[in-house]
Amino acid sequence: MQLMEFKKLHNRYKAVVIGGSAGSFQGITKILSGISEDFPLPILLCLHRLKHVRNGFMEALSIKSLKPVAEPYDKESIKRGKVYLAPANYHLSIELGRTVCLSTEAMVNNSRPSIDITLESAAYVYKEKLVGILLSGANKDGALGMKAVKDRGGLTIVQDPAECMIDTMPQAALNVTEIDYTLSVDRIVRLLSELNKLY
Amino acid sequence: MQEIQIIDIRKLTETIRDLYGFDFTNYAMSSFKRRVHRVLELYRLGSVDQLIRKISENQEFFQEFISEITVNVTEMFRDPSFWRELRENVIPNILLNHNKISIWHAGCSSGEEVYSMSILLQEMGILDNARIVATDIDDVILKNAEAAVYSVKNMELNEKNYIRFRGTGNFHDYYEVKNGKAYMDKSLVKDVSFRNHDLVNGVVFSKFDLVLCRNVMIYFNQTLQNQVLISLHEGIFKYGYLAIGSKESLIWCDIANKFLVVNNEEKIHKKIKE
Repeated sequence: MQLMEFKKLHNRYKAVVIGGSAGSFQGITKILSGISEDFPLPILLCLHRLKHVRNGFMEALSIKSLKPVAEPYDKESIKRGKVYLAPANYHLSIELGRTVCLSTEAMVNNSRPSIDITLESAAYVYKEKLVGILLSGANKDGALGMKAVKDRGGLTIVQDPAECMIDTMPQAALNVTEIDYTLSVDRIVRLLSELNKLY
Repeated sequence: MQEIQIIDIRKLTETIRDLYGFDFTNYAMSSFKRRVHRVLELYRLGSVDQLIRKISENQEFFQEFISEITVNVTEMFRDPSFWRELRENVIPNILLNHNKISIWHAGCSSGEEVYSMSILLQEMGILDNARIVATDIDDVILKNAEAAVYSVKNMELNEKNYIRFRGTGNFHDYYEVKNGKAYMDKSLVKDVSFRNHDLVNGVVFSKFDLVLCRNVMIYFNQTLQNQVLISLHEGIFKYGYLAIGSKESLIWCDIANKFLVVNNEEKIHKKIKE
């Protein structure tokens, strides 16, 4: 029996949602390049980004993280092991059949895509099978989403505010709900690697 | 407020269908549920059952409900590169064969797209050769589209898009600011026909050279997308064009093969088969 560093990990998880805003780009690329190619779960990235620049961000992310990142089409099926990025100027939510649903609804927390929308819809669909991760950011988007993940029995992780370039976002989540792990990006990578070993 | 269950949504859509003839059954659940949740908050209703009661008893409220449930967030020249593509390739192509052009804005919302089109055609010097129909299921938003009064804050974004579109005029010439609001120059849409039409169970009423249905079908599930595409297909002349949102795809639809993708980046399709 292997000694696990993160005792709450479990092989029931089916998806990972990562939210981030100002100061999260480095963390995201570190996480994506740190996890092995055979990481079994789909990873959905909801990152605040320029609303009117459609191209370039996904490409930069793919290059920096050595992992193919795709912006999904509306109603695209979510597949294991793939990394999806919420497109600029759209909210991304998850439908019950585990497909992506895009929307141009009003901004939430001054953001489109809004991390709350992605996390809340993912929590509804995946319930206790979801891992929610919230990184550095300058507003409170994502805090209520993390609460939704926790309320449905999912695993909640935030980047250690001490390490964040701007800690408003993870701090807001810590203030509204129980967070299972508060970790540096390096340890988030380690946690995901350990999670990988369970599959 | 208690959590909204799928069964509540079913009851709601059935009531609306039976009483008013609108069919929301095949709207995408995640966004539709979020819209319903918003309506409950807005009108301080404690449950979907209360909403159903209010809708059943009050026809005027139902009109408000329609306005709130449909998404009316849009901007002029959204995706400026799309509009450049229309100006530089699609519209000149249509005009190769005849000197008139017919355009349908399916799901025109508050009219920003209609004004973008009119400005584009005006700058091309062909606005008078265009027959434009703009439809939506929401009477109130159609009135707003015709009135064309926008917030000055939105006009800043619209202007930024217009500049990225590389319009050949001066954006400020197309509207006037009075009492803190922007009034569009209505002569731009004097020949546009704004009318109520429901894509879900509406009959195809005409044929067009170019149909714009951008970021409308994202609110539908795949079953309904499939069905709506069949109507849109009927509403387009052979070799006419269909434009959808930049993150929409037809590949899951049964009749996708009746269209050819002519610009994948801008999601412009050409109807190649009847």
